Amino acid sequence: MKRTISGLSAAAMLLLGTSLGAQADTIKVGVVAPFSGPFALYGKQFQEAIQVYQAEHGTTAGEHEIEFIYKDSGGPNPDQARSLTQELLIKDRVDYLAGYVFTPNAMAVAPLLDQSETPLVIFNAATSAINAQSDYYLRTSYTLWQVSMPMAEWAYDQGIRSVVTAVSDYGPGIDAENAFVAAFQEAGGEIKDSIRMPMSTTDFTPFIQSIRDQAPDALFTFLPGGPPTFGFTKTYNENGLRDEGIMFLGTAETEESNLQAFGDAAIGLTTAYHYSADHDSDLNRAFIAKNTEMHPDSVTNWATIGAYDGTHLIYEMVEAAGTDGPAAIEAAKGLEWESPRGPLVMDPETRTVVQNVYIREVERDEESGLLVNREKGVIATVGDLGWGK
Amino acid sequence: MSLFLNILIDGVAYGMILFMISVGLSVTMGLMRVINLAHGGFAMVGGVVAHVLMSEAGIGYVPAALLGIVATVALAWPLERLIYRRIYGFGDLQQVLATIGLTFLMIATVNRLQGSSLLALPLPTVLAQSVDLGFRTLPLHRVIVIGVGAVVIVGLWLLIERTRFGIKLRAAVDNRATAGAIGINTGLIYTATFCLGAGLAALGGILGAEMLPIEAYYPLRYMVLFLVVVAVGGMGSIGRSFLAALGLGLIETASRYLVPEFGTIFYFACIILFLALRPKGLWGRLA
Repeated sequence: MKRTISGLSAAAMLLLGTSLGAQADTIKVGVVAPFSGPFALYGKQFQEAIQVYQAEHGTTAGEHEIEFIYKDSGGPNPDQARSLTQELLIKDRVDYLAGYVFTPNAMAVAPLLDQSETPLVIFNAATSAINAQSDYYLRTSYTLWQVSMPMAEWAYDQGIRSVVTAVSDYGPGIDAENAFVAAFQEAGGEIKDSIRMPMSTTDFTPFIQSIRDQAPDALFTFLPGGPPTFGFTKTYNENGLRDEGIMFLGTAETEESNLQAFGDAAIGLTTAYHYSADHDSDLNRAFIAKNTEMHPDSVTNWATIGAYDGTHLIYEMVEAAGTDGPAAIEAAKGLEWESPRGPLVMDPETRTVVQNVYIREVERDEESGLLVNREKGVIATVGDLGWGK
Repeated sequence: MSLFLNILIDGVAYGMILFMISVGLSVTMGLMRVINLAHGGFAMVGGVVAHVLMSEAGIGYVPAALLGIVATVALAWPLERLIYRRIYGFGDLQQVLATIGLTFLMIATVNRLQGSSLLALPLPTVLAQSVDLGFRTLPLHRVIVIGVGAVVIVGLWLLIERTRFGIKLRAAVDNRATAGAIGINTGLIYTATFCLGAGLAALGGILGAEMLPIEAYYPLRYMVLFLVVVAVGGMGSIGRSFLAALGLGLIETASRYLVPEFGTIFYFACIILFLALRPKGLWGRLA
């Protein structure tokens, strides 16, 4: 049992001479995410989402006060993530962990979770294999299989019969390629070529030209956000693949924080993903309105929603089980709730949320003049399709 | 045949972009012999100013780009007077440390003011077209980069080889004390040349932004790209930097077409081999 009572409130209680039992205890949640460097946007968005949730639901869950402690992990750095997590567990005595943007960072702390029986809610890292490493992982983001397989099946249903895949040559890219190829071939489609592009690529023209020469019905891609996605989509347009009728299929490429920078080149790009800031529901509009009110410069995207739902999950676990880690995990399994992205269920087996995957197309919103991911179709209640693969 | 043509066209276009983004460094590091790791920082400053002017003030692409270059030069001038002037005499390692520190300052400032997401420099619709070459298309933007690159190389060659300024510059770089003794105002020559380098960096940053988008971490992300061009070209010549950029563009493009999986390894293996054989760069003489 790791019950923590802050020294300050204990001292206050002594002074007032009140009984200890009347005071609610404080449960601490350690958030490990990048708050500096090229990926600092993630940390900022996680923090903003937590603040929005707290503004809406207060800082208590059940009889417990909840306090968040933030640690800066920098970029993909498993050693750093591990030592920060250790520090949070030992020095700050946290009862829950959250955040974790990169797969290696999340993977590195598995033994710590088992030893300390601490639940960890992943806000982002999207490799299926993470949750198999420890029973204490829960995930409120998505997995690459979860969005790539529906993309392939949808593409086949639309009459697309041949595809060239072109992914960045690193873990998530290869995951996305495997998932797409498996589902597309299963449906009966033909994969003409699978290109793996080096991470350091700045000029995508050679890859785009070879795709064009093979004349598939569509190309499927996965790239890290920011400059590579920018370069790839620009090159796709400039070299006339759109005019040749080669459809662009992707997943996270058109996420909201960089979308406006793509300009008109992004219009018509088709992606399968679990969250669009343009999602048509009152809950989503209220969520974005609150976030924009509290953080005027903030762009709401999948990182915001992952952290927001993760915070909800932590509140539910604290209310049900307090500081008892194993009981908290049991309480989380099968939990259902309505999120701004749509209905969610915490899958008892994979511990990743079962959610809707939306087929979206980039359009320019007539009212705001901004580029948005407009939902064109929905594939309901998709679980982690990569579990055990 | 069409594969060969593709490699040739894309290789030259990419090489020209490499040249444009690193020509400022060829001036400061190649001609002035300062290891200026902040080169990418100046390119970014130009891009950021142009971005802000376009998105906040609604100014068009060309005037915004010109003002971005002017603003970068306006920043480079006091920086040269206050900081770089003291760096010239340092050893290599001290120059590296001083200029990388400057780079971090620039990154942090842009990150603070503009955040870390991409800062778009949207092309006007006239420029955002593709040119039909019959068997394929080429973005008009790249054609323009090739044109501007050609103008810059000719302009720099004339400036350095055919003007009094160029003569004084070469004299000042070769032997500053003697140049000063015969009445050349070496301080002014250095300031002007440094500002020229910074202005070219900004021009390259803005023109290259279609491929290497402007964002807060731009100076670090592409540092290797700039340095390789100057290292392969060798110190002291703009023309060799130009040839190096074209060669590197062709090698990288060819490897991406022919062996995509090993593209990066092949590219850097070529560079390592080249530098092992010719540590002073193209036509470099061993000291």
